[in-house]
Parts: sequence; structure tokens; C-alpha cells
Amino acid sequence: MKTKRLKTDILIIGGGTAGCYAALTIAENSDAKVLICEKAHIKRSGCLAAGVNALNAYITEGKTPQYYVDYAKKDADGIVREDLLLTMSERLNAVTERLEKLGLVILKDKNGKYVTRGDRNLKINGENIKPLLAEAVGKLGNTTVLNRVNITDLAVSGGRVLGAYGIGIEDETFYIIEASAVLIASGGAAGLYKPNNPGFSRHKMWYPPFNTGAGYAMGIKAGAEMTTFEMRFIALRCKDTIAPTGTLAQGVGARQINSLGEVYESKYGLTTSERVYGTVRENAEGRGPCYLRTEGITKEQDESLLKAYLNMAPSQTLKWIESGLDPSQQNVEIEGTEPYIVGGHTASGFWVDTHRATTIGGLYAAGDAAGGCPQKYVTGALAEGEIAALSMIGYIADKSPESIEKSDIKAHIGEAERFLGAGVSPYTTEQLEEAMQTVMDSYAGGIKTGYRYNESQLAVAERKIGQLITLSDQLRAADNQELMYIYELKERLTVCRSVIAHLRARKETRWHSFAENLDYPEKSKIYGRKFVNSVLENGEIKIILRDINEGGAAFEHCDKQ
Amino acid sequence: MSIAINSEKCIGCGSCKTVCPGSLIKLNGDGKAYIKYPKDCWGCTSCIKECPVYAISFYLGADIGGAGSMLHTEPEGNILQWLIDRPDGSRIEIDIDRRESNKY
Repeated sequence: MKTKRLKTDILIIGGGTAGCYAALTIAENSDAKVLICEKAHIKRSGCLAAGVNALNAYITEGKTPQYYVDYAKKDADGIVREDLLLTMSERLNAVTERLEKLGLVILKDKNGKYVTRGDRNLKINGENIKPLLAEAVGKLGNTTVLNRVNITDLAVSGGRVLGAYGIGIEDETFYIIEASAVLIASGGAAGLYKPNNPGFSRHKMWYPPFNTGAGYAMGIKAGAEMTTFEMRFIALRCKDTIAPTGTLAQGVGARQINSLGEVYESKYGLTTSERVYGTVRENAEGRGPCYLRTEGITKEQDESLLKAYLNMAPSQTLKWIESGLDPSQQNVEIEGTEPYIVGGHTASGFWVDTHRATTIGGLYAAGDAAGGCPQKYVTGALAEGEIAALSMIGYIADKSPESIEKSDIKAHIGEAERFLGAGVSPYTTEQLEEAMQTVMDSYAGGIKTGYRYNESQLAVAERKIGQLITLSDQLRAADNQELMYIYELKERLTVCRSVIAHLRARKETRWHSFAENLDYPEKSKIYGRKFVNSVLENGEIKIILRDINEGGAAFEHCDKQ
Repeated sequence: MSIAINSEKCIGCGSCKTVCPGSLIKLNGDGKAYIKYPKDCWGCTSCIKECPVYAISFYLGADIGGAGSMLHTEPEGNILQWLIDRPDGSRIEIDIDRRESNKY
């Protein structure tokens, strides 16, 4: 394989929402050289490839950033970092205005004010949000975008990041990139658990199947402290198409009903996890299927819904049309998805300080990769990209890229070449991925068990994932795309292992469905005051319980290198 | 969930290949686009919006209730014209003005 060595001031891993906005911020505030590495193409990569239907994090008139902090804290039942939520919330409206300047259509009233949907949301046409961000990044002078370069590992020495390694998917090249600071903006992790439709439509999932938890895995392997992987995210979705339900619930006021026509949502509570849990329980107790009640809405609402879904999840519009019945004529069946790990919705991810610095010197995280700060949505990811960008500008002021040691480079190239080399694996990457998803589904609280698990099951999951990690080292790839698939599988397995350790460590059930531990079915006062964090030390996952500090006071890593 | 590429219409420009967030589309020996990994398609329709000759359609897999209808879009300026062709030969059209926000 060819090798290519690059040097930059700031490396951004992932050209999605947070990564693109970080690049824009850096360009506006410094003359630092920026390199964005994107495994696909920034025009349509990450979770916003198809578009987005609303901006769900905005401080509406009469509300304050603290109001948003309180909402997110309540939804996560207290397991949040208020400093992170507050610093994000303070920037939500400014980044929204910036998005509008970039060309995003936001609905306004006749006085020029944004029209809100509920207490925190704005109505938009977000079909082209990603092309708009990509276009703005394309105009930057000091920013280079490397599309179809998949970063697989960080180069870390003495507690400081020196750069990263990656593979070109189309140019059959191994990349060695040296940088003074690195931003992980690679999104969260889908595909850990068996999906709703494991056959032909296995990738018809809520979160992008191409977000494999690469950033988490790189951090874990590099010894970064990670947080709250046990707060999994399970989305309540339209059955089969896995299209969003918020547009139905908030847009046309559709309530969750069971097969008897009873509104059940109020019985279980209205937090994100309770809405999923209620649906699981109603089905388990024989009152399924469950629906969002759309029967009886107006023809005008029908038409608006068909359009709204075309702008974010076209499959649902197609489904309505194929059935021959509009939403006003048939309720929309709903189901929970498989669990995902995604720091933009829950608090999973890198343990960062208020400036979004991780516990590794020079390494920052934003968006779905950064933990402690749930309910980010699009605007929150932009805000975090901005905060991290400003922090990195400060960090690199007195630093220049250090050379990565030759032996480290050799080891990483060696690994890639081994996967590409001679030899036969008894299994394919796809087979091991399916095995991993089956293990997580059966023993770590997947759809199969109604998202529930106990300690004995988690012990089995840990052992079986360990076996798959061993087997994955024997895989072979014919080209760099297949090589990427091997790395993606290994990333997912690394994240699975940490998720299992976190699920075991939180000895309570704080969030139904998200982390439903049958050995500890109640909330615990002790764990209600703790973050479950972890660090990989000498190949073992070490759990660290950290106190939750009330209030939004700035947080610094006291043991930072 | 996946897409179908009409190779007779395809002009081999590679736009679909460029935007696919999963790098699933490749060009074959004739320079025509094809989806190499159909099971891995997310259904984001990015490729469909890019195709200058409307050669790509998207359909629901039979395992999630698909009944053979094909969806594609023909953008005209600010109007995103979505077309759904049903197996009985009928066609449904939904136009979306990119300058207008969603109502919900």
C-alpha cells in the first residue's frame, strides 16, 4: 500500500455537522491550517445526509439557556454535565442565525420572527442542510477536505495526541497525519445491536449505519476517559421505515395509543426513554400493536406530512403512498429501534472539560462523539463544534506538530497490510458483524429482550464479544473498502465491550429501556449522584465513578497531561 | 431499502458515487454506475437528488412492506419534484418548494 504523510495544525476527524462548523469557526478566528478527513463526502455525509426536519434545540422567546439545561437534565434524570449544557445552550441561537445566513430556510412570521414548534423547536426546510455546510467549508482558504479517507487510529504519545492514521478508500493509500490538535467529530455508533429488520433492509435504521463509533473506539484505545455509555439511545420510530415520530407527535399532535385505542403515553411518562418504555410494555402485556393516532387529521395536514417526510425520511412518504391510505385514514404503527450510542441525544461519549478537551492533550470532541451533554440535536452539535474550535485555536498557539515515532507508524501500517495480505479467515467481516449484533441483542439488552438485561447475561455478552474481537484479527480484505469494513467492525466491537462494562457498572435502573437492569430494577440514590466513566488501562476497562456537580460551574480535568 | 440504477439512462458521470455516504456505488467496466452493496443502503436518497438524468429510483424492501413502487426526484430550480411510479403504471407527483419551510 502507498503511504502519504501530511502535516496540519488542526485535524478534524469527520466532516459532518460539528466538524464542518468547527472548520468555519477556525477559519474565522485564526489562520491555522485545517484538514478535514471524511470517510464519505462532506456534501452528504453523517446523520444529516437525507436532511433534517426541524431544529430541535433553540432558546425561544421568553426562555433562557438555563431553561434548556433544566429540560435536558430532567430528561436524563440528572445524569448530565450542566457546564456543558449551559455553554452549548448559550450558543444555540447564534449558530441558528448563522445557519440561516448560510442559506437554510427557517420559517418566519410576518414580523420576521422565527415560528416555533413547541418550547424549543424551529420549523425549517432542512433537506439541503449538509450541502449548505459543505459549500461554506469549500470556500475556506486554509481548510483542506480529504474525502473518502477513513481515520482508524490516533497517534498518541506521553498523554498527548500527535495525529492520526487513516486509509484512503479509493486511492489504496495509508495516511499518516501529524497535527498539533485533533477534533473527534466522527459521530456516534449504529449497528452494535441487531437492527429492527436484519434482512435486506438491515440498514434502514434511524442513525446512519456508516457511523460506527470510530471516534469512541479511537479514544478508548488511546486511553481517553469515556462517560455514560450505559445511557443508550433507543428511538421511537414509525414501524418498518424507522422514520421519525416527533413530526407526528409535535406537528399534528398525534398521541400514542395501543390496539384498544387507549392513550397510554401518560401512564408511563413523557421523557424520551419513557415513551419507548411504554410502547415496549404495552406490547409485552398484549395490547399491541401501538400507534401514533393520526386518523382524523385534515387533508391539508396529510399533504403537509407527505412533504415533511420527503424532506427527511422519504421512505415514510413512499410507505403511505404504497398503502393507498393517507395518515388521516390510518394510524401510524410505532416501534422502538435497536439501541444506539449517540452523545447528541444521550450523555455517552468522551469525558470532556468545559472547553471540550478530552483527557488526552490536544484531543477535543464535539457533537455525537462528546459525552455529558444530551439533547444537542443539530444546533447543539454546531455549538460544540464552535466551542471546540475556539479551544483548539488557543491550544495550538504555542505548539507545532511533533513527529510521530517511526515504530508507531510501522506498527499501524503493518496491521493494515496484514489484513490485506495472504491468509484465510474462516469467517467474513459480515458474519462477525452479525454475530456481534446477535450477542448484543440477546445478552446486552437488545430488541429481543425488550431492552432488559441482568448481570449474568452481561457476563455472557462480555465473553462472547471478547471471542469476536479475537476472531476479527484473522479477517482478510481484498481492497481498502473491505479493509474499512474490518476496521469498522473492530470499532464496533471495542465500543460494545465498553457499553457492556458501563451497563454492568450502573447498578440501578435510572432510565427504563435505555438501561434496564433486571438485577437492580429501581433507581439508586448513590448512582443518581454518579457518572459512570471508564478508561482502558493495560487492556482492561477500569470503571471510575465520578460525582455529579450541580450547577454550571466550569469543569477542568485535574489530572490532565 | 435500496436503490435501482437504470443503466440505459446512466451517463456515467459519477455524481451518485461521489455523494453516497456509504461509498456503496461504483462504476462498472462500461463506466456505468451500479450499487455494489445494495443491502447496505441507508435510503437517504442523496444519489437520487444528484443524478442529472434521473436514472436512480428508490424502493422499500419487501421485508419492510415494499410493494414495488419506485420513487425518484426531478429537481427544477427551487422545486423538488418527487415522482412515485406504482406497479400499475400510475404516477403520483409531489412538488416541494425548497424556499418553503415544513409546516411541522
